Amino acid sequence: MLTIKNLHATIEGKEILKGIDLEIKAGEVHAIMGPNGSGKSTLANIVAGNEAYEVTKGEIIFEGKELLEMNPEDRAREGVFLAFQYPVEIPGVSNATFLKTAINEIKKYHNQAELTPKEFLSLMKEKSKILGMEEALISRSVNVGFSGGEKKRNEILQMLMLNPKLALLDETDSGLDIDALKIVSNGVNLFKAKDNAVLVVTHYQRLLNYIQPDFVHVLYNGRIIKSGGKELALELEDKGYDWIKPELVESETVYRS
Amino acid sequence: MNRIPEFQNTKEWYLSSFRKFEEKLNGESKSFLHDLRKEALAQLAEVDFPTTRDEEWKYTSVSPILKQNFIPAFNIDKQNVTKEGIKKYFFSGFDFYTMTFINGIYSEELSDLQNLQKGVTVNSLSKLLRSNPKVISEQITKFVKTENAFNLLNRVYSTDGAVVIVPDGVIVEKPIQILFLNGHNDKLVLSIPHNLIVAGKNSQVSIITNYSALNSSVYFSNIITEVFAGESSIVDLYKIQNENDNSFHYEKVEAHQLKKSIFNHYNFTFGGEIVRNDINSTLDDENIETHYYGLYLGKGNQHIDNHTFVDHAKPNCMSNELYKGILDNKARGVFNGKIIVRKDAQKTNAYQQNKTVLLSKTAKINTKPQLEIFADDVKCTHGATVGHLDDTAYYYIRTRGIPAELAKSMLIRAFANDVVESVKIEPLRDQLNHMIFEHLHRVEIEND
Repeated sequence: MLTIKNLHATIEGKEILKGIDLEIKAGEVHAIMGPNGSGKSTLANIVAGNEAYEVTKGEIIFEGKELLEMNPEDRAREGVFLAFQYPVEIPGVSNATFLKTAINEIKKYHNQAELTPKEFLSLMKEKSKILGMEEALISRSVNVGFSGGEKKRNEILQMLMLNPKLALLDETDSGLDIDALKIVSNGVNLFKAKDNAVLVVTHYQRLLNYIQPDFVHVLYNGRIIKSGGKELALELEDKGYDWIKPELVESETVYRS
Repeated sequence: MNRIPEFQNTKEWYLSSFRKFEEKLNGESKSFLHDLRKEALAQLAEVDFPTTRDEEWKYTSVSPILKQNFIPAFNIDKQNVTKEGIKKYFFSGFDFYTMTFINGIYSEELSDLQNLQKGVTVNSLSKLLRSNPKVISEQITKFVKTENAFNLLNRVYSTDGAVVIVPDGVIVEKPIQILFLNGHNDKLVLSIPHNLIVAGKNSQVSIITNYSALNSSVYFSNIITEVFAGESSIVDLYKIQNENDNSFHYEKVEAHQLKKSIFNHYNFTFGGEIVRNDINSTLDDENIETHYYGLYLGKGNQHIDNHTFVDHAKPNCMSNELYKGILDNKARGVFNGKIIVRKDAQKTNAYQQNKTVLLSKTAKINTKPQLEIFADDVKCTHGATVGHLDDTAYYYIRTRGIPAELAKSMLIRAFANDVVESVKIEPLRDQLNHMIFEHLHRVEIEND
């Protein structure tokens, strides 16, 4: 579904990603872990099309298409979704207006019939229920007056509504208490299917107790320095990141000589 | 003193036209108003039109207005306007009383004041001068302070305007929507209404002034609006200015507030080539509240200047001002927010905010807070920001599949939202949101 090859990227001239290779297949859940500033969020944002970053080398192929040549809205229409680490507030635009516009723009792109108001409303009700969100929220402005946890839930609600092929979850667990974490994870688990994929970006192993990854990658200083199964996440929880770093130093030394 | 010749000529034109105007006045020339008019004429002879050398007009050149010799509407033929034809101009979806002015002159047949509550006066200035001059003479120009040449020009030639007088204890049930339709087929018309709003003790009234154009002709709207908010009264005054883009628009609002009164002024600017609003409030007693909300939308070569002045003369009052602007193309904005807290005005709370978003590299704003505080126990804050639409929010919206242009529209709505939401009449809010997109030629958000 997604193939990232030798991806290099900079922001304001500073190199953040220094050669990322990653392959995600339909039906898989991948987790990217790593310390702060390692480039995890950058990677998710480049896939979603954030224009603040400059890709200096490499390519991203999504469902056979060159993603880097598309604007963010087309990537979304092709099936990429990013749940933001810091969701944005949009006063004066209701959740209903926002989501209905988004869904219908995606439908238009695929030459599909737009949702009727009735269809939209029943879909919204069904999905809100999964996330334990009140119906009143539908008419409230996007993320305005929401707590940190509510904003994260709203991101997952948007994901369920838009039903993407690839969901990128950027630190969705941060700022969530245990109950909210369970609700959000449940939403993601209901979403998971054979024909879609999830990439979880997280600092902590905690979320991965609820969303079981098939693959775990450790990102450090702009490179994936270790990949493994879900047991890698547990190992990181136990030992931290330090035990891997020497390997990196070693490999760099070897590389240089 | 060096004077720009055209200014002199324009003034001479207005001074010399007076005789012809006076002849047409007939009986009205014997009224008290006519004495005021002659006083104003004498003053106008002494005062020059402002130039950019005047501090108050530093960023606004009025020379394009003075290049034309406008003719007072009273002296030219009336435009043919029908009741059916003006329907589209009204804000709708709620109940309201209607007054209509064509080029500043009242049209009874285009107005609807049926079922007006007993005791409430809603009438034209010219009619009241004939039927009940006392109510006018007691109030009009009572608190006039310094007047510039434009104000004097209004007072020299104005024959009409909207008058609303609410007796003590009366709550006017429906808003009064006053439509000012301007423009003339073949003449440069000067539309100069002089409006008067008087709210008695414990009364409440909501007024929507709606300035629109009949056609795309060049004209000059030069308005004076006086507001007297009596003790414990609540006055909501909405101004929605949607003149055509060739016109010039200037209004001076002079509000005088008494104890415990609340005055809310809502100022939405859409149209006009050169627009200037002077909005002044004097808080001349204790426990008064004044709220100013403003939204200005400029495109093309529009020039929009808002000068506000809140005069805190007595203790324990509160004023709050929120002005926001969205400027595109080569539009230019000016905001000057003056607040004086006089020595006696202890425990004053005064807040002021001006925020502008520039949609193009060539749009421009000059913004200046002007606080003069002579009391020592006060809370005053002010802030001014100039920026662009938020990049992160723009990206966020697009990651949901929403096209770039529509994403911008959503961000414009988000930016304008707190000013639009301050409007108490809900259907009016929706129509204002619609006008924002229409005016800026942006893609409309489809609501449910």
